[in-house]
Amino acid sequence: MSAALSPAADIAAAVRSGQRRAADILEEHLDAIAARDGEIHAFNHVMTAAAQADAAAVDSAVAAGRDPGPLAGVPVALKDNLCTRGVPTTCSSKILESWLPPYDATVVTRLRQAGAILVGKTNLDEFAMGSSTENSANGPTHNPHDLARVPGGSSGGSAAAVAAGFAPLALGSDTGGSIRQPAAFCGVVGVKPTYGLVSRYGLVAFASSLDQIGPFARTVADAAALLDAMSGHDPCDSTSLPEDPPSAQARLGQGVDGLRVGVITELTTAEGIDAEVVGRVRQAADALAAAGAKVEDVSVPAAVYGLSAYYLIAPAEASSNLARYDGVRYGLRVPGADITEMYGKTRAQGFGAEVKRRIMLGTYALSAGYYDAYYGQAQRVRTLIIADFDAAYATFDVLLSATTPTTAFELGAKTADPLSMYLSDLCTIPSNLAGHPAMTVPFGTGADGMPIGVQLLAPALGETVMFQVAAALEAAAPAGAGAR
Amino acid sequence: MAAAAPPPTMAPMPAISRADVAHVARLARLDLTDDELDQFTEQLGAVLEHARDVEALDTEGVAPTAHPLPLRNVLRSDVVRPSLERDEVLAQAPEAEADRFKVPRILGEAP
Repeated sequence: MSAALSPAADIAAAVRSGQRRAADILEEHLDAIAARDGEIHAFNHVMTAAAQADAAAVDSAVAAGRDPGPLAGVPVALKDNLCTRGVPTTCSSKILESWLPPYDATVVTRLRQAGAILVGKTNLDEFAMGSSTENSANGPTHNPHDLARVPGGSSGGSAAAVAAGFAPLALGSDTGGSIRQPAAFCGVVGVKPTYGLVSRYGLVAFASSLDQIGPFARTVADAAALLDAMSGHDPCDSTSLPEDPPSAQARLGQGVDGLRVGVITELTTAEGIDAEVVGRVRQAADALAAAGAKVEDVSVPAAVYGLSAYYLIAPAEASSNLARYDGVRYGLRVPGADITEMYGKTRAQGFGAEVKRRIMLGTYALSAGYYDAYYGQAQRVRTLIIADFDAAYATFDVLLSATTPTTAFELGAKTADPLSMYLSDLCTIPSNLAGHPAMTVPFGTGADGMPIGVQLLAPALGETVMFQVAAALEAAAPAGAGAR
Repeated sequence: MAAAAPPPTMAPMPAISRADVAHVARLARLDLTDDELDQFTEQLGAVLEHARDVEALDTEGVAPTAHPLPLRNVLRSDVVRPSLERDEVLAQAPEAEADRFKVPRILGEAP
């Protein structure tokens, strides 16, 4: 039987004990990719030869009596904005289409050390800017549950790869919801860890004070194992937290008796959130109450300003980070008579429309005369959001809300109206502004048969309790759309 | 900076104009087409209009948050460590010569 829909935990146990070979597990996943990725387009690049070599090394280690690690033989897909030495890392942008990074991201190194098999690089919205994976120079990814719909974004390729059984695990990056929103749309678990818990070294920067790498998985336990394999201090990232990381796996299966859960009013009943999504959040709250948690509504008033603040702060940081794509050290160069002309032509031809739009917005928000009204004001609103979360966490262990306002929409539905696309990040953005962890857990479907996710939020370094509650939600979840 | 900081709550900023967009494009080193300038004037206007809720908030006395972590002055010890392979790095450059990145002319002709 194919391992293509097995949990990562089962695969690792079978490989470590010598029951299954990593090479065979890999071939079963490569077969699944070959059979269906033509229509889904989760991958920009499948690392067949490198993955086969990694799998052979894991099998040799097992044969020699060595333990290859907690993710032994588990295929993992990587968002194509994570640097892999000598392997294309395009960010789904024309400006990096032929770039081969001279180093590996820290997460790539740590996953190899844990015995994982890196199967390929997944499609994304260019430079992680988008909510549908339609802003890709390589064309869109399709939702495995309905090919006419988007997988969400920006980590849509990673979410689709896990939902389709191309890999049990994947990595994405989440700046305003880019892991949680596509995970919800594709019916899988997606986690944005506490800012600083996972090293950003080798993650191509979008908005440095918001970006965080995190896991996708089909089960809460698999997501926890993947997070634990890569979290912890890294001297190569000066924003990496120096303390020991919390364990995501420590309290899985321990129930929620006595835990205090607050349902965020502003991110559940807000205008634009579909009634059926609200219904699933209420059902999730009831399930936790039935399991012994104390559940109440809570107000986080400043959360409603998150979207506006984010779409000033993130573009401002992006406009600075993307200044490096200038045709000098790597990537595309379009010749010009002098260096200014070369810069202008290279960037005009190398970037797609959404990336240009955000560079423009950010440059404007940072420019003389507007800085304080836009960027400065957004930073003060960020302080208000943190203060409101802190007040809520004085009373509650975790918070619960919708992950996305709707189920996955159809391709092309929002591409002409950037603001309507931005609104799909309404519920996920506040955690990025605060630097707090949050995750989505599949919780049933909508009337259209598409997956719905509910979001759990926790205070900084609250991963242990967040995963504890997530496991209880998973156990109580109504039948989902399943893996497709 | 010589200018005094404006009060935290200000009159709404005027709508972004096509000339503003063209100016910002020059600052950002993006050679935009006429069509892009038209499109961005409208789309950036819509996003900035949505941001009026934030603009209008009274934030007097609220300190800005630039970063979610309280980390300060993170330093590494001043010791020699291995760095990236120079040949591997230069192989990725659009143009390189004599172990350096090569760029088009930067300064004008001498008078």
